[in-house]
Amino acid sequence: MRQFIKRLYKDKVGLLGAIGILLVIFIAIFAPVIAPYSPDEMFTAHALEGPSGEFLLGTDEFGRDIFSRIIYGAQVSLQVGLIAVGIGASLGLIFGLIAGYFQGKTDQIIMRIMDVFFAFPDILLALTIVAVLGPSVVNTMVAIGIVFTPVFTRIVRGAVIGVKENEYITNAVAIGVSPFKIVFKHITPNIMAPFIVQITLALSGAILTEASLSFLGLGVQPPNPSWGGMLDASRTYMEFAPWTIIFPTVAIVLTIFCFNLLGDSLRDILDPKLNKE
Amino acid sequence: MFTYVIRRILMLVPVLFGVSVLIFLVMRIIPGDVAQTILGTDATPEALQQLREDFGLNLPLHIQYFNWMSGVLTLDFGESMRTGKEILPDILSRFTVTFELTLISALIAWIIAIPMGIIAAMKRNSNTDFGVRIVSLLGVSFPNFALATIIILVLALVFSYSPPVGYVGFFEDPFKNLEIMIIPAIVMGTSMAGAVMRMTRSSVLEILMQDFIRTIRAKGAKERVVIFQHALKNAMIPILTIIGLQVGTLLGGAVIVEQIFSLPGLGQLVLTAINQRDFMVVQGSVLFIAFIFVLVNLLIDILYAYIDPRISYK
Repeated sequence: MRQFIKRLYKDKVGLLGAIGILLVIFIAIFAPVIAPYSPDEMFTAHALEGPSGEFLLGTDEFGRDIFSRIIYGAQVSLQVGLIAVGIGASLGLIFGLIAGYFQGKTDQIIMRIMDVFFAFPDILLALTIVAVLGPSVVNTMVAIGIVFTPVFTRIVRGAVIGVKENEYITNAVAIGVSPFKIVFKHITPNIMAPFIVQITLALSGAILTEASLSFLGLGVQPPNPSWGGMLDASRTYMEFAPWTIIFPTVAIVLTIFCFNLLGDSLRDILDPKLNKE
Repeated sequence: MFTYVIRRILMLVPVLFGVSVLIFLVMRIIPGDVAQTILGTDATPEALQQLREDFGLNLPLHIQYFNWMSGVLTLDFGESMRTGKEILPDILSRFTVTFELTLISALIAWIIAIPMGIIAAMKRNSNTDFGVRIVSLLGVSFPNFALATIIILVLALVFSYSPPVGYVGFFEDPFKNLEIMIIPAIVMGTSMAGAVMRMTRSSVLEILMQDFIRTIRAKGAKERVVIFQHALKNAMIPILTIIGLQVGTLLGGAVIVEQIFSLPGLGQLVLTAINQRDFMVVQGSVLFIAFIFVLVNLLIDILYAYIDPRISYK
């Protein structure tokens, strides 16, 4: 672990990502303190005003402070991202462990079901699930969680099959350790590397999918501040109020960028093939 | 090889069957009554019932599924519940738009990404490598809709240019068609390029560290030969995998880009159909999309054999 942190510290790219993520988390937690206004407060007399001392990043069509909405939007993005990935990763871990450990028919059934989900492009699957459940914050999380389940299942299953070949597992089976204990005590800790990398990358994917769904009007519903939703609402005014587009875009891109920086760096650090030197 | 292809094609059958059952059931539990949507809120219960009967929605689920599937197997996808238009011809004509968009996007992506990825791998940990990694990650991090909006904004504010509205087919007016397609293709190509660049970098890097490359270098081979004849060829499989996944996804409808640029592609068809609760169109197009997606991945698998003869298809 110490070696891992040392390597991450040495990899400036990953470190930059980690710092960026911590900053977004800080902003999300302390949103009520940082934001000068409530995200829904309307200053109608100041609608579509450019950045100024009073409204740092300008105002939107209802006169709401864009800076405050972006700050609160960080809460929405992180919340959706974390819970959605939590759902996908947990389901993927369970299915992947079962499929990889028991193999045979159980594996076949689970993986064929996953193949069916894989045959849908992500955004289309998310769209369909949201259409069934109805657009809301919770349903967006559930939809994204389901969309991400197959990829987690596949990664966990692959890792489990690799770990299962080790002698210590064969020995544990031979001395009669229960499958439950073998899976959770001996296999799960050893498949964490690819799992964690995938979680980091999935977080950026989840934030992106939430923003895309909200942009299409099917994700987080107004007046909740969602970065994707802010962009969609501003498209009409963008030519004469470009700040309504530019700042939410910067927020989305930088956040996803930081998660990708960290994920990419973790993958390099945890990949033994790239660390042979 | 032949047996392998046949076996793989047969394996697609249960996946597509699963997709068909899933999308059929999902469309049956989706809230919102299609009859009500078509006839409006002041329709009489009798009229609503009549319309449901016309669509066969009053039949038991398994009969509805059987009726739909027996149509699909004879290439009759049914008719749109909203427009009455035949679904398959509509899907195919929209697929040509999506196909062209995918093709141009992919070309833009590969032309940028593969050389950049190779350069980054050759100069690992240099400033160039750092730059390529940052640029590729930015490409992946830029959501399509955000990039599209920013490009439209810059074109409007700086060049006073707005992308043409309305679609013209390539064979009607190639220049107009390219003018319509180029900006959406740049948007999609950018995010594709990011992922391909990352994959090219890491897989070339992995190959460059192997012993056979050291041997080739020790024999005095030129760097050009090392990279293009040996490293790239061996690094192609993961790159092809990601390209296959991307092309499959894009062919399945670039929902957002098509929506923003009002391109009458497959993604827009599905989105509109979902919003209008046009079950038959959603079912037909989703099944078609899944078919294309698994087919592209199968083609990529087959292509592996040509690139890497070590892969055997027994």
